[in-house]
Amino acid sequence: HGPYQPHEPGYGLDQPEYSPYEDDIPDPKTRMLAIHNAKAYLLKTSTTSGQNLYDHLANVLTKILDEQPTNTVDIIENISKDVKCARFQKKMDTLRDEYEILPTFEAAEKCKTLFIKENEENAVIEEEIGQTPLPNVMQTAFYFEQAGIGLSKDESYYIFLALKNLVSVQPIQTCRFWGKILGLERNYIIAEVQLREGEEEEEAEVTEEEGKGMDEVEEDEEKVKEDEPPKSTYKPPPEIPKEENGTGANKYVYFVCNEPGKPWVKLPPVTPAQIVCARKIKKFFTGRLEAPVVSFPPFPGNEANYLRAQIARISAGTHISPTGFYQFPEEEEEEEGGGDAYEENPEFEPPPVAEMVESLSTWAHHVKSILKQGRCVWINPQKLEEKDEEEEDEEEEEKSEEMDEQQEETGPPLLTLLSEDEGIKDIPAWTAQASTNLIPEHSVAILQSNRWPGAYAFASGRTFENIYFGWGHKYGPENHNPTLPPPVQAEYPSGPGNTETRDPTLEEELAFKAAKEALAAEEEEEEEEEEAEDD
Amino acid sequence: MEAQCLPAALALVAGGGAGLSPEKRAALGLSLPLLQRDYRFERVWFWGCIQGVRGAYYIAEGFGPDRAAHRRRLYSFNCLDWSLLTPATREMVARTELLTGRFQGDPSFEYNFAEINPEAAELLFDRGKEPVMKEEARLIATIELIDRAVGIVPRGAFVKTPLGSVRENRHFEGLSLVEAKKLRSYFHFTEPVNLKNKTLLEKADLDPSTDFLDSLEHDIPQGSWSVQLEKGGAVVVLRSLLWLGLTFYHVPMTKQYGYIYFGTGEKNLDLPFML
Repeated sequence: HGPYQPHEPGYGLDQPEYSPYEDDIPDPKTRMLAIHNAKAYLLKTSTTSGQNLYDHLANVLTKILDEQPTNTVDIIENISKDVKCARFQKKMDTLRDEYEILPTFEAAEKCKTLFIKENEENAVIEEEIGQTPLPNVMQTAFYFEQAGIGLSKDESYYIFLALKNLVSVQPIQTCRFWGKILGLERNYIIAEVQLREGEEEEEAEVTEEEGKGMDEVEEDEEKVKEDEPPKSTYKPPPEIPKEENGTGANKYVYFVCNEPGKPWVKLPPVTPAQIVCARKIKKFFTGRLEAPVVSFPPFPGNEANYLRAQIARISAGTHISPTGFYQFPEEEEEEEGGGDAYEENPEFEPPPVAEMVESLSTWAHHVKSILKQGRCVWINPQKLEEKDEEEEDEEEEEKSEEMDEQQEETGPPLLTLLSEDEGIKDIPAWTAQASTNLIPEHSVAILQSNRWPGAYAFASGRTFENIYFGWGHKYGPENHNPTLPPPVQAEYPSGPGNTETRDPTLEEELAFKAAKEALAAEEEEEEEEEEAEDD
Repeated sequence: MEAQCLPAALALVAGGGAGLSPEKRAALGLSLPLLQRDYRFERVWFWGCIQGVRGAYYIAEGFGPDRAAHRRRLYSFNCLDWSLLTPATREMVARTELLTGRFQGDPSFEYNFAEINPEAAELLFDRGKEPVMKEEARLIATIELIDRAVGIVPRGAFVKTPLGSVRENRHFEGLSLVEAKKLRSYFHFTEPVNLKNKTLLEKADLDPSTDFLDSLEHDIPQGSWSVQLEKGGAVVVLRSLLWLGLTFYHVPMTKQYGYIYFGTGEKNLDLPFML
């Protein structure tokens, strides 16, 4: 008996509790399965070199056992590398991998087109004009960056170039980077633009002609129909007309694109019905302009209209400027527009930044607020009805005496001070801060809106700007309560002729029958009596 | 996100318009390493910023050797002086869910339940506790809720060692572009809830060292994450729609990832109506 070797039974490894593998997997079946799994994993072929670890290890161990070098464990990595090199392998696969064109490269290609400078002719024309409508996006971005607001410098520069493209393509008078609205699949970059006069009128005429064409077609169809079902007496309330391009909520034209480098799309003007509906719903933007907006009350339009309506609401609620920067023109004309116009005040002296932060009366709105009707200037819907009556001259229509007299809606006038903005519960409408407390000489006054989270404004001396970065929704402290569907409509007016009553029960019917028979019996008796008398 | 990658990372999450001013960035670059030294953290993450009505809270998180262990959270007003926050208790979290409205910006502000939610106030009174809650407690609980609900990491970024502790995976090379577009490739970096409910077939495919967390696939409601590829796929940005303001970024095929929160600290309970 000498020292037992591990492979001899006397070593004790075959005893149930002394095997070196005991603590791992006691059950032989699962151990076999584990071994199979491990071996299968080792036999997996590598996709780059076509070898597998099992074979490679077998080759390495074979080489070591054949050559038996000294200090094998120190040079094992080199041995492995040598085995790999020594193995001459011909690439058996005749198929070659196609170089994968990632979408990253395509996007980079598109963005690159932004950087292409136009040919020299246009460049000369620009110099003659002098003032270009292109805004200095980088300067605005710098000021907002002092407050920690804004996109990365790269993205700001791409937007700058994209706006330059827009200005050169469309006839634009003034242009401004309005902001960015985030969406589920893609985001929107929005530019606020005023087109040169004369350009917008052409578009209005085009739509009118199209409208007339449609009417003629409809009339022909109506004459063909015969035996029409009875017309309903329901008259929908008159549609409130949208404001003219260039005034009120449609003062500016908006162009959007998903990413700088993609083409700019013009948003259609907004109608009051869309604004009224947009106030009642709260939906995320998907990023596709033609996506439908599925909601209740049903939104009259698709995502482009919803986007335009939200932009109008945000502009009306949060576009501000230092008080006194804009003033009303000196001529006092009583137009229906009523103070729609404002001009820059050449004698404006900017108050110091500390004052702009402390008191909100140093700021004023310069966009007209939107009334409940959905317009900035109130239109009496009764007057609209009367106009319709004169044009159509159809059957007599009831006068609108039954309609409640609608009071004229007024909103706060243009250039109201911010201190008159109502807060929500106990939260003020605006939060004002200076960009830095450490260097007050060069700080910038920043205002954040609490009603429209994402709307910011800054002012520093004579420069000021508004911007929006966000999801495009108003802040509501209460949860969103969607409008409930209206109660079920009555099918018919219930009058004495046709009221719904319960079906008569069996007793009632029998009693009725008995009464009828009694009546008939009485009549027979009377007739017999009369006959008897006649006789 | 990691304190060391903060400058590069802020440029990648700036798509939402929120970021930090140069002053704050510079201050963070100094104070976060000092935090690491003072508290002996192994990793420091800049968690983000909660906007109050009158001020903003900047939050940082520090990790010990086990990344899954409880994190220490600190807050600051100027990104220079940090104060430690106590760990969140279940009671704090339950009470916070009853509160609505913005943060005020003052940690000693007291929310009075009697005004906000009278029923809850009565309940608390009956149990002998005061129906008030300090804003500091609300802050702690809100950060805990956000981390639990929407704090995410890519699959494979963390490994669970056989001893049970969680560490960064040094062999993580980033998700491929195809994987990065799928919600399945991202995990909630918190205690898993759904893992044990998976079928045996699914569990067989899981790798216990990397698949030990819940993935985003089965988040309720469906569609509560917005996945966008910016610059044609150079960066993958995930934005949470449940807690508006949480942005996660990852550059595919690289080790860069992180999430940050810039927002008002309110849950978006209107989410089902908005989708």
